[in-house]
Amino acid sequence: MMAYIIRRVLYAIPILIGVNIITFVLFFVVNSPDDMARLHLGVKRVTPEAIQSWKREHGYDKPLLYNAGRSGVAFLTDTIFFQNSVKLFSGDFGLSDSGRDIGYDISQRMWPSLAIAVPTLLVGLAINITLSLMLALFRATYLDFWGVVTAVVMMSISSLFYIIGGQFLLGKLLHLVPISGYDTGWSALKFLVLPVIIGVIGGIGSGVRWYRTLFLEEIGKDYVRTARAKGLGELRVMFGHVLRNALIPILTGVVVVLPLLFMGSLLIESFFGIPGLGSYTIDAINRQDFAIVRSMVFLGSVLYILGLILTDISYTLVDPRVRLS
Amino acid sequence: MKPPALLRVRGLHVELGSPERPVRAVDGIDLDVRPGETLALLGESGCGKSMTAFGVMRLLPPSGRITAGRVLFDDQDLLALPEREMRAVRGGSLGMIFQEPMTSLNPVMRIGDQIAESIRLHDKENLHRPRERAVELLEAVGIPDPRRRVDEYPHQLSGGMKQRVMVAIALAGQPRLLIADEPTTALDVTIQAQVLSLLKDLRQRTGMAVLLISHDLGVVAETADRVAVMYAGQLVEVCDAETFFSRPAHPYGRKLFSSLPTFGKRGRELEIIPGMVPPLDSDFSGCRFADRCDFFQDDCRVGEPAWRDLEDGHSVRCIHPRGGPLEPASDGERTTRQWMPGQALLDVDDLKVHFPIHKGVLRRVKGYVKAVDGVSLRLDSSHTLALVGESGCGKTTVGKGILRLIQPTAGRVLFDGDDLAGLSAGALRKRRADMQIIFQDPAASMNPRMPVGEIVAEGLRAQGLGGNREARQRRVAELLEQVGLPADSARRYPHEFSGGQRQRICVARALAVEPKLIVCDEPTSALDVSVQAQILNLFTELQQRLKLSYLFITHDISVVSFIAHEVAVMYLGRIVEQGRVDEVLDQPKHPYTLALLSAVPVIDSDQRREVIRLEGDMPSPANPPTGCHFHPRCAYAMPVCRERYPDISRISASHTAACWLLEQD
Amino acid sequence: MTPVILSTDALLFLLLAGVAAFVWHARRHEHLRRPWRHVARSNIGMATAVILLAYVSLGVLDSMHFESRGGMASDDIISLFDVVASDLRERQEKTYSAPFSAWLYTKETLELPDGRVARGYPRLKWGGASLDDPLAERAADIARRALLGLLQALALSAVVYLPLAWSRGRRQRVAVPAMLRGFFIERRGETAWPAFNITLVALLLCGFVMASLAGEYHLFGTDKVGEDVFYQALKSIRTGLLIGTLTTLVMLPAALFLGILAGYFRGWVDDLVQYLYTTLSSIPGVLLIAAAILMLQVYMSEHAEEFNSLVQRADLRLLFLCVILGITSWTTLCRLLRGETLKLRELEYVQAAQAFGVRGLTIISRHILPNTMHIVLISIVLDFSGLVLAEAVLAYVNIGVDPTMNSWGNMINSARLELAREPIVWWSLAAAFVFMFVLVLAANLFADVVRDAFDPRLGRGRG
Repeated sequence: MMAYIIRRVLYAIPILIGVNIITFVLFFVVNSPDDMARLHLGVKRVTPEAIQSWKREHGYDKPLLYNAGRSGVAFLTDTIFFQNSVKLFSGDFGLSDSGRDIGYDISQRMWPSLAIAVPTLLVGLAINITLSLMLALFRATYLDFWGVVTAVVMMSISSLFYIIGGQFLLGKLLHLVPISGYDTGWSALKFLVLPVIIGVIGGIGSGVRWYRTLFLEEIGKDYVRTARAKGLGELRVMFGHVLRNALIPILTGVVVVLPLLFMGSLLIESFFGIPGLGSYTIDAINRQDFAIVRSMVFLGSVLYILGLILTDISYTLVDPRVRLS
Repeated sequence: MKPPALLRVRGLHVELGSPERPVRAVDGIDLDVRPGETLALLGESGCGKSMTAFGVMRLLPPSGRITAGRVLFDDQDLLALPEREMRAVRGGSLGMIFQEPMTSLNPVMRIGDQIAESIRLHDKENLHRPRERAVELLEAVGIPDPRRRVDEYPHQLSGGMKQRVMVAIALAGQPRLLIADEPTTALDVTIQAQVLSLLKDLRQRTGMAVLLISHDLGVVAETADRVAVMYAGQLVEVCDAETFFSRPAHPYGRKLFSSLPTFGKRGRELEIIPGMVPPLDSDFSGCRFADRCDFFQDDCRVGEPAWRDLEDGHSVRCIHPRGGPLEPASDGERTTRQWMPGQALLDVDDLKVHFPIHKGVLRRVKGYVKAVDGVSLRLDSSHTLALVGESGCGKTTVGKGILRLIQPTAGRVLFDGDDLAGLSAGALRKRRADMQIIFQDPAASMNPRMPVGEIVAEGLRAQGLGGNREARQRRVAELLEQVGLPADSARRYPHEFSGGQRQRICVARALAVEPKLIVCDEPTSALDVSVQAQILNLFTELQQRLKLSYLFITHDISVVSFIAHEVAVMYLGRIVEQGRVDEVLDQPKHPYTLALLSAVPVIDSDQRREVIRLEGDMPSPANPPTGCHFHPRCAYAMPVCRERYPDISRISASHTAACWLLEQD
Repeated sequence: MTPVILSTDALLFLLLAGVAAFVWHARRHEHLRRPWRHVARSNIGMATAVILLAYVSLGVLDSMHFESRGGMASDDIISLFDVVASDLRERQEKTYSAPFSAWLYTKETLELPDGRVARGYPRLKWGGASLDDPLAERAADIARRALLGLLQALALSAVVYLPLAWSRGRRQRVAVPAMLRGFFIERRGETAWPAFNITLVALLLCGFVMASLAGEYHLFGTDKVGEDVFYQALKSIRTGLLIGTLTTLVMLPAALFLGILAGYFRGWVDDLVQYLYTTLSSIPGVLLIAAAILMLQVYMSEHAEEFNSLVQRADLRLLFLCVILGITSWTTLCRLLRGETLKLRELEYVQAAQAFGVRGLTIISRHILPNTMHIVLISIVLDFSGLVLAEAVLAYVNIGVDPTMNSWGNMINSARLELAREPIVWWSLAAAFVFMFVLVLAANLFADVVRDAFDPRLGRGRG
């Protein structure tokens, strides 16, 4: 077990190096820092001096891979690759293109993200499991048929419409909750209700349909027949046997996204003006702040890999058949 | 005076699939099971015997439904009970165990809890002590160390153990009738013997009745008091076991016996049942067996044959029932060929196939699964060598290692005088025309997206044989004819053929490249007895005509006795005994061979030997026992057996075995 | 009128040619036809197929580009669809107008006939222009035009179906009414023709009514610069279809090649391929797309001179978006293919081929590739709807297709800013919603049927 985890963590290193190289190539090789400077300063009529000073301000005036002008360690360290890519490994995200400390911003903004993402996940999970269990219980009836149809209809609607529709209906027409904004402490609660509701509703369609398939797959298995042959009732078969087995893929599917909850939801946060990491990312994309995008790419990869490792570990916890080796 | 029946099934009809074109899996069955007796429901696959059981239990799959009939259990019509009351019967006085013990237990629940569930539902007396009761039940079904096992999960148990747990679950409800649906089909013979004797034992102790569903005449012969034969959704013959095994009346039952391969039938063609079981969604008029019956007369087509009572308790559904005892298995040529050491076609010396086990942070090799651990074999041309053993003993790996479908770790394979390991990749590829393989599952051994003609021509193409396209097509037609398939088969797809026909296609494909050796990996295990006979006949005929040699890998001793010239018995990666088929089967010397042979269910009660029960399961080849691999399960184990693996002792010119008992003589 | 083939057009035609070749090939192979017959038996399958076909025809029509005049200005690359819908395209108003309205949505200073000047809603240049007194006549006019469209559609259906029923009926000795009953109500034979025909006629009715109304009104209003929203929504079909299909297809060869190679040869090839797709899938998709699109923007603004027209520039961005979306989504398919190949290579027919000395690459092409195609097909249809939806989200983040290109995402994105208006401008949203929803729903339902037909194991889910 321990050996397995160590191996997985070690395996994450080449992957993160790969991610780093991809982002480095994308941001500094495909387009030179000069191009970036021109993009920020406006394409036309930019003096070389302005470009130089922009690059100096943002630390992009160093050579890419090796610094021929320096000797010793600085030959490698005093470069864009080292300063902007390698340093990410130590958790040092550096400064954004507008000069703010990215690490500090992230530590501030991850809380609102979590405040939305965690309740959305939990409430959504509870509702999806309940609904799909109900469909599975009434399988091959009209309830099941129309339930599936509704789920397909719901998943055919773009999440944008859920957000717009929700804002319009609950916020604008009924005036139940504020349309957007955020506050600190408990008063944030009223700003959270609408995003959470919309996040949950948006996920019902695909969630219920998928979970229902998982349940039905389990119901078709031999051990369910054994349970029935014992004389167990349908409800006890469902809750005592089917649910337990179907929860394994459901829970491990949840575990893989747990770390990514920190990253927040891009759409919901930006629509509702929530100062989380999702809207941070979107703002960075819109402002073309490459330093932040780069940091978020790295952070996202780290969290994804963490999710994969946690998934493997969670398998051993919930499924007695799996032993890591 | 017959005791009143415990279970009475009257006119049961079960349909599957769409109501417009239903599959009538059970088409009007009357069945009585008396208290304490074992009734065997005997039939080939797809005849509806499992659906009968599911119908009685009201456990039909979602596509199935009972359309008519009554199921009286203790004079109570189960089909009329509301589901809630049915649940009290199901798993209580009416228990059931299934064919697939591997998948029939909930994988994430401790076995103690799974048994306790049943106790809580049906056993009022032990309601307060489910755990203790579960331990008792595990003990009753012969699970060693039940206190520890009760907290284990199903994957920690072997297949035989799981089936015992299934029995324990059924026992928890104190059943008066246990329905056992092919309870040992998925198990090895030695494990099968354990489970069957457990069932017999329990029946004696608890007095419960057993409805045994099986396709295996041997299993039925060893366990049943009465037999009901099922064919195409209906019963065709009901009588007590003794009558059935001495003088069956229905041509179908008689045919089943004569198509069984035995030693006595060597050198002759097995009798076969032509054609196949009619599909159950067709409309029948007249006798359902008429098309395949040797004694067919015109009146067989007129109306469904009525039941005829031949003698007390023996009734048959046939207009022209047969009488008299079965033909005795005539003593054919006891030894077809003398052992003549000549030029060996295949000479395997100390073949080893080890699979590394990786462990730890750096995935270093921490051990080996020794699937094949020093096997030496010799096969003469136009001979058949049977490689016998239970699942997991490495017999399939031997076959694949010889053909280099798996890279052997060590050892020498001389084929026609050439060392296969020494051949270059190109030369080996050429050589592959000489040695072919036929697999167990004919459905999986053909690409479903290729027409049969292409499949058969694959070898010709790969070996550059058969000339141009037209010549190849002619050759394919010839091959198909050779294995007894119509010439237009070439344009059809594998799924359009039945199991036996598919295996014929596989034979044709192997024959295409004119091999000298064919490795047959359990080629008849997936087939019904009557179809198996057709394929075995084909094998013997081809051997005589084409001078083929077979390495016949199987677990079925009756097939071995019919087809093989020599036998090698494998246990845990090594050969423990080999010799001429009559020597090994008649005078086995190794305790394992002895136990294996004694475990095979025998039809003829005169030939029945005392079963030597093997305790436990085969150990893992990753961690074989020290000394002789067999010693932990051997009744004759001596101190020396624990220390060193025995050398090979020669019993006769052709007969060898590896056992310390023999060395001491 | 010189034809212009944009890069996405070329790929789309290539795809269509591929589909046509497959159909021709499948006609002669029973095992390829069998799953499609299953699709044809399904009512939902046939009904959604009609809708998808309608979308595809519009998309294809919109992909046949040519230069209209001389080819000086960039806007002169138009498509066959633009010619057909030239009325819609050219009837540009000044700014917003509501659906079916005859007036602008904003007040302007009007010069009244008597010379006075007042603030009011001016009449539209095109919408309802033939009416003298829109307030009184509009409802009747709409009803008249709708009825006209309805009759035209019914006439067309009659022209198509009656002779068909007559000729078929004569051959099969069935009366025409019974034949029609077979077309529309009770299926004769296995194929679900009634579902097909009913949907087709319903679609014709909708189409003709809308066309008839669109001749006079702006069916879904006009947008900020006065362009007809109905036209925009129709134009967006091509964008949606291309994103949904090309994305998977662009990376398909790589996914097939790497996935099968990894599964068949295992060892270091497998390690390498697994490393590759784990690395790529560990980068959050949106961020990878954002980074790539930002880089593309930089590149484009640096090399503006290389693009001689806005259309070409937008097209390149669309293609690039497909590629980058493909890179983020091929990993799933690659993983599936690797798993399936691992399973297949242990199957006995592969071993039988090995026993004949068939070479590795031949085994892959003859035995493994054909047996993984159902996975490819299933993932193409399943991914389609997700990609259409993703386009809208990406447009919102400004990393979708070019803002000058018609797409549902761009429609939503621009309409979103107007939601704060009082009273709100809702029609752009509504149009995008309707067109997108119908396509995605049809695609989802169709994908379900296809999946059931090709992979019975997955489809066991349905009761």
